[in-house]
This record gives sequence, structure tokens and C-alpha cells, in this order.
Amino acid sequence: MEKRSFDTLIIGAGGGGLRAALQLSQAEARVAVVSKVFPTRSHTVAAQGGVNAALANVLPDNWHWHMFDTVKGSDYLGDQDAIEYMCRAAPRAVYELEHFGVPFSRLETGKIYQRAFGGQSRDFGGEQAVRTCAAADRTGHAILHSLYQQNIHARTHFFDEYFAMELVQNQDGYFLGAVAMNIADGEPILIEAKTTILATGGVGQLFRTNTNALVNTGDGMAMALRAGIPLQDMEFFQFHPTGIAGKGMLITEGARGEGGYLLNGDGERFMERYAPNAKDLASRDVVSRAIATEVREGRGVGPNRDHVLLKLDHLGADIVKKRLPGIRDMVMTFLHTDPADTPIPVYPTAHYTMGGIPTDRHGQVVVPVQQGAEEPVPGLYAVGECACVSVHGANRLGGNSLLDILVFGRAAANHVIEQLKEQRYHQPIPGDAADVALERLARWNRQGKGESIAALRAQLTKAMEDHCGVFRNEDVLQEGQQAVLALRERLQDAYIDDHSQVFNTARIEAMELENLVDTALATVSSALARRESRGAHSRIDYPERDDQQWLKHSLFSLEDLKMDYKPVRMKPLTVDSFPPKKRTY
Amino acid sequence: MKFSIYRFDPDKDAKPYMQHFELEESCIRPGMMLLDALLLLKAQDESLSFRRSCQEGVCGSDGMNINGRNGLACITQLTSLKKPIEIRPLPGMPVIRDLVVDLEQFYRQYRTAKPFVINEEPCPEVERLQSPEQREQLDGLYECILCACCSTACPSFWWNPDKFLGPAALLQSWRFLADSRDQATEERLSDLEGPFRLFRCHTIMNCVEVCPKGLNPTRAIGRIKELMVKRGL
Ligand SMILES: Cc1cc2nc3c(=O)[nH]c(=O)nc-3n(C[C@H](O)[C@H](O)[C@H](O)COP(=O)(O)OP(=O)(O)OC[C@H]3O[C@@H](n4cnc5c(N)ncnc54)[C@H](O)[C@@H]3O)c2cc1C
Ligand code: SF4
Ligand code: SF4
Ligand code: FES
Repeated sequence: MEKRSFDTLIIGAGGGGLRAALQLSQAEARVAVVSKVFPTRSHTVAAQGGVNAALANVLPDNWHWHMFDTVKGSDYLGDQDAIEYMCRAAPRAVYELEHFGVPFSRLETGKIYQRAFGGQSRDFGGEQAVRTCAAADRTGHAILHSLYQQNIHARTHFFDEYFAMELVQNQDGYFLGAVAMNIADGEPILIEAKTTILATGGVGQLFRTNTNALVNTGDGMAMALRAGIPLQDMEFFQFHPTGIAGKGMLITEGARGEGGYLLNGDGERFMERYAPNAKDLASRDVVSRAIATEVREGRGVGPNRDHVLLKLDHLGADIVKKRLPGIRDMVMTFLHTDPADTPIPVYPTAHYTMGGIPTDRHGQVVVPVQQGAEEPVPGLYAVGECACVSVHGANRLGGNSLLDILVFGRAAANHVIEQLKEQRYHQPIPGDAADVALERLARWNRQGKGESIAALRAQLTKAMEDHCGVFRNEDVLQEGQQAVLALRERLQDAYIDDHSQVFNTARIEAMELENLVDTALATVSSALARRESRGAHSRIDYPERDDQQWLKHSLFSLEDLKMDYKPVRMKPLTVDSFPPKKRTY
Repeated sequence: MKFSIYRFDPDKDAKPYMQHFELEESCIRPGMMLLDALLLLKAQDESLSFRRSCQEGVCGSDGMNINGRNGLACITQLTSLKKPIEIRPLPGMPVIRDLVVDLEQFYRQYRTAKPFVINEEPCPEVERLQSPEQREQLDGLYECILCACCSTACPSFWWNPDKFLGPAALLQSWRFLADSRDQATEERLSDLEGPFRLFRCHTIMNCVEVCPKGLNPTRAIGRIKELMVKRGL
């Protein structure tokens, strides 16, 4: 088997991976970036609305208000040290992007354009803030392409269309790289590295209707789980209020930020009832629940009363064309209507994975040790949507994820650069390091007849949607967990017929399904265990937040499906802590 | 609904062939896109290989030749297509398997265009200023998703993929020439001199006709040529 050696291996070429790679390449570390799709096809490309930073280009603002909003938005489950760090670092992260060439929209002053987004306030819960920096409604595209271009400039080494299968570690639990497969010719390769950074993105494909790309299958999270690392806070899955009903494509919150609002079947602007102040720009969990409630109580729109409407026509064709050109194109393509004159049918849609691989604010993966305190896992980092720092806690604010990937991509890289100074040589790789990955590959080369991957995947996403959606309760979650366990069993007996070595997408999809099943199990099990409602996790049977019992992070391990917990870091770096309060918008 | 799809797996096929596929009418929903149909066909025959990811026309993965015209499967309406629907890989590129082509030449030309802002001045503490009008110069350029539909429809690129940059890369050349923050005009224009890199474009306009994002590489190429002429004076 081919073997290559680098200082650092980054798995994932979305915004998180590319930001880290750039920092490392510029510091002249030897970096390899592995991605299962060509870098600019990573899911970051689809981000629309923008990235938060208190630049105060439009209205007064500062990082401390941003921090307050993020803590409140997280329903107090976010770690306040990491949140302080991120909000303080935000302006610099955005200015850097501008210097990298990102074509931000501009204000008359020539400064970066900023728009209003949900959950943002001035002065610790006062009037609406304007904090989201945007390149029209194609911010993710603009950022991802610029980061890729900068990496071309910095001569980062890319393994395009390589699929990472398993992490490699030695007896002492030190991570030493990964085994990947070249998709084009099916050849496995061992990539050895002094440090490995996971940046594999989220797992929106858990749910049947979602806003995510087909490649968002939680591979990094599942690799970590199988390597014995627990996943944190997986019960918190964000449902975005405005996916196109029945289809799932996202309509950015920026549409409401520009002045759009929601209407129910009676033509009522119902968010006024649920969030008298913030109205349509309340936090996402609040708006999604409101929509789901309207529909459940019979006030939906359409022949089946199964969605609500997002109205933009009052903004005028100019604003829609100039500020929201991408969503206008998309709606015209998929619905054949122009949002500048016809409201868009929308419904809450699976969108973002708040949970993930537990890390500290340097991106180091951390696990609990015997006595309770947690310790970094040697050689392993995680950044971006696959990680849980945790800055989003129980509910992410729009515009904070692009920020998360930039800030922690950079922070992790800087930490790695320091580590590399101390660690000059690679540790020896155990002789059997690649065995697990190769067995997995061999397993899909078996001949035989069994259930198809496509059918099992459809059943999994349906089970998750039915049992682990916006509203949850004990019985339904129990059933959901049983359903996922049963599917996991059945996957053992699945086969594929395609055994070609050349660009075998059937085999990739089979391995992705293995990853989906493991992350599904983490999600539904964590949801079943948490008997309270907080942020995106709404239990009908436990409708209140319970800080006495549940102000803590969950940790799910694959071994025996064990749940464990650890405290929330309530203490920020320099400022006073924001103690939990009742959350209203 | 009938489909005729190009198949070739070098692991087992001596040469490429067209395979007939059929999708039951009952599977077809109104508003369905070609990619939805391909995913259903792949559920029938998992060996059918193609790239896809975002399903909404922003990642640029699923460029292919559809009834003789390059486009993205995920934003091509089934109803808009003549039946049987004939699907082939993007033309002119080496085929890896089925609808998957090797885009290395295409990416190499993109890299040759130096697609990054070059500005030697020290970075300010805040953003570099750019007026809305200056920023508007980038509209219609920065949105490119590198799907390769244009370059693989360009006869000049078919004949000289190693020497002619092709419409996608030239669009990016212009994107950076047009950026008020970029200072490397001279360097960029010098890079494009000679009979091939830029001047192989014979304004055939295939690129404009197929771009799924409605971009206009020919116009960008024209603007570069104008700059070249001015510089020559
Ligand atoms: C439609 C949409 C709109 C959004 N809009 C916004 C917004 O306006 N503002 C905001 O802040 N956030 C937004 N988000 C969220 C945000 O875009 C994502 O959370 C963020 O981009 C994730 O970046 P990432 O780098 O962590 O992962 P990704 O961009 O998903 O990249 C993952 C990378 O990992 C690679 N990979 C995965 N598995 C493997 C494997 N097994 N082997 C090799 N490589 C692998 C992939 O190829 C890819 O390169 C939006 C999300 C969606 C879905
Ligand atoms: S206009 Fe130029 S670049 Fe476009 S297809 Fe014709 S020759 Fe190619
Ligand atoms: S210019 Fe258009 S057709 Fe060409 S690569 Fe870009 S998006 Fe695709
Ligand atoms: S799947 Fe992304 S452009 Fe078609």
C-alpha cells in the first residue's frame, strides 16, 4: 500500500479545512488536505446569508453584545470561554477574508455590507443589531472559492477525491494519520502525519428533507466514534425555519433580515405572537417551533395546510434582485415563481449539526479521563461543523457557523504550528495500522445478495425524520432508537454488486451509510436521554428547560451506547459570566 | 420515461457504449430535475457513476452533456428535455468512468490564471475600501462554480486544452483584472500574451450559451483583449 508522510493531515476541504490549511501552508508546514470532493464542491459553497462579526459598519456594535446573543442563542449550553474567544476574533477573521479577496457586498462608505440576522441584538438584548457580513446571498461560495484560491497561492498539497475511511492510532492512543482511498482507482493510501485535523462537516443527510449536500454524511464524526471518541451534544440538531416546503432547499435567514416575514393560512403574521420583539428574526429554534405549531394546529397554508409562506414581494424587485439574487434564481428554478411577486412556501428543514467531536478552543479533541477532568487526545484536532467547541450549544445563531469555521480553523492551525516545533519526528506506525480500514473495504467487495444501500438509506432518513424531528417524546424516541439499531444490524447483511475499482460510487455510498447509521445512533440516543427542552431539542413530555439537572453537555460513546456528561464551561476568558435566564425574543 | 446513457468502466468494458434505461412514469413528480431521475436510475443500477453533491446548482459537480448540450443535471427540468434523454460525459475530456471525466487540464488552466488578489501593499487593520460601483464590476464573474460546462463546449479548448486557458479560466483572469484591490494588471496581461493562452478564442460563443449560471466568458475575454490593445498603444 502506498504511504505518504506530512506534518499535518487535514481531512476536509470546506471552509474549516481550507482556513486551517492556509495558516499552516503560510507557516511552511507540510500539509496535506484530503477531500472526497474537489475543494470548491464542499458544502460551505452553499452558505448564503453571511458571517457574523461586530464590525459596526451599519449600526453601533461590539463583540461583547455578539457574545451575549450567542450565549443566549445557545440556550446557555455554549461554553462561554470559547464563545468569548470567537466573538472577539470575529472582526479580524472577516477583515482577513476581505484581504484574501472575498467579494463582499459594499456599503456606500466602501466598507463591508452587513445585514440583520436572527437572534442579534444591541446592548445585551435591546434593539435589532446588524452584524452579518455578506457577499450578496452567496457568502459561502465567495469565502470557499477565495480560501481555495489562497491555498493555490500558498501551494497547499491536495488529495482531491480521496475518501478517508479510518483514523490511525498507536497503542498509546496517539493519532498518526488516516487511511484513505483514491476514488478514481480504488487504491488505498496511508497518510502519515504528526497531527490530524478533522474538518469533515455536518451530517444533514440524517434526515429525509434537509438543506444539506448529499456528501454531508458525518464521516469524520463516525471515524472519531469508531476510534473510541465520544460525540458531544448530538441531540441538538438545527431545523432551519425556511426550507422550501417539501423540497428542502434553503431560503436564507437573510431574506427575513432584509425585511421578509412569515404568514400562516389565515394571512396572519404569526411570529408577532411567539416573539413580540424580535418577531421573524427570533432565534431559529423559536421560529421553527412556531411554524411547526401553526401547521399542527391547522393554520398552515396549501391544500394540505402543511406549510407557511415567506413573503418578500413588499421589498420591491430591486432589493430582491440585488440582495437576494441567488435565492431568486433558486426559487425561479425550483418553483417557477418569482419571489419578488409571489410568497415562497416554507417549512422547517434539517440544517445544522450543533453537536460533534468535542474540542477545546484550540481545536484539540478532548475526552474525559478517569477522574472527570478532560484531556486533549494526542495528535487529533477537529474544526468546523464536525466539531463541538461548543460555541453553538443547544441552538446556533445564523451567521455563526461560517465564523466558527474561520476562527477555529485558524486557531487549530496555530496550535498545531506550536506543537510541530516540539515534535520533529513522526512516531512509528504500528504494522497493523491500516487493517481496520482495509477490512472495511474488503467487506464491500464481498459477493452476495442482500438489501440495497439506497433502500436502507431511505429507511434510515425516514426513521430519523419521524422519530427525531422538531418535537420529540420518550415513546417516539424509543421507537426511533430501536429502528436505527435494527437498520444497523441489517446493514451488516447488505451487499453491493459493483466491485469495480474505478470511481466506484456505490462503494463510497455504502461506507457513507455506515457513517450515517453511527451518527444517527448518537443523535437519537442522546435525544432519548435528555429529559428537558433546551434550544433545538424540544421534548413534549418535558417542555421546560431544567438547569438543575441538565445544564451539562452529553457525551455518547459507541461502546454499549453509553451516555456520559460533562459540565458547561460557564466562565468566559476575561468578562463576567452570563448566568442562565429565561429566554424570550 | 426513456434514457440513453453513456457507459464505460475501463475495469470491465473494452469500449464505451450507450445503455438504455427506463423510469416508470409513476416515479415522475412535477418539477423533477434530471439529477433526481439519475438518482432513481442509480437505485436501479448502482454501477451508474456520476458526480453530484449540492442538488441546487452551486457546487458545480454534475456538469454533463444532456441531449447534446452541456448543463447541470440538478437544475435541468425533465419536462424541458426531448425524449429519449441522451446523456454523455462532458465532451473533450478523458473519461474516468461513465459520466465522470478527468478535469485536471481544466483545473490546471484555472490555476494558471492566478485566481487570487495580488496586492503588495501591507494589509490595513480593517477592510480595504471598495465602492459599490467598483464591487459591481465583479458581478457576473465571481459567481463561477467551476462546473466546466463552458470550457468543455469550446472547440478551441478541445484542440488545445494544454495551451488555451479556456473560457472558465479567462473569466477568472478578468475577475481579478476587474477587482479594484488587485495591482497585478501588467503581470496578468503579460501572462496572457502569445497566440494561445488568450487569443485562441475565436468568439464562437458556445461558452455563453451553456453557462448554467448565466455568466458571459466571451464578454470577459473581450474586455481582456481591449485592455491588451490599450496596453499595446
Ligand atoms: C444551505 C446552507 C446555507 C448556510 N448558510 C450559512 C450562512 O449564511 N452563515 C453561516 O454562518 N452558516 C451557514 N450555513 C452553515 C455553514 O455553511 C456550514 O456549517 C459550514 O460551511 C461547514 O463548514 P465545514 O468546513 O465544517 O464543512 P464542509 O464545508 O461541509 O466541508 C466538509 C469537507 O469534508 C470533506 N469530507 C467529508 N467526509 C470526508 C471523507 N470521508 N473523506 C474525505 N473528505 C471528506 C468534504 O469533501 C468537504 O471538503 C449554511 C448551511 C447550509 C446547508
Ligand atoms: S467564445 Fe471563445 S471561449 Fe467561448 S466557446 Fe468560443 S472560442 Fe471558446
Ligand atoms: S463560467 Fe459558467 S459554465 Fe464556465 S465553469 Fe463557470 S459556471 Fe461553469
Ligand atoms: S449537484 Fe451541485 S451543481 Fe448540481
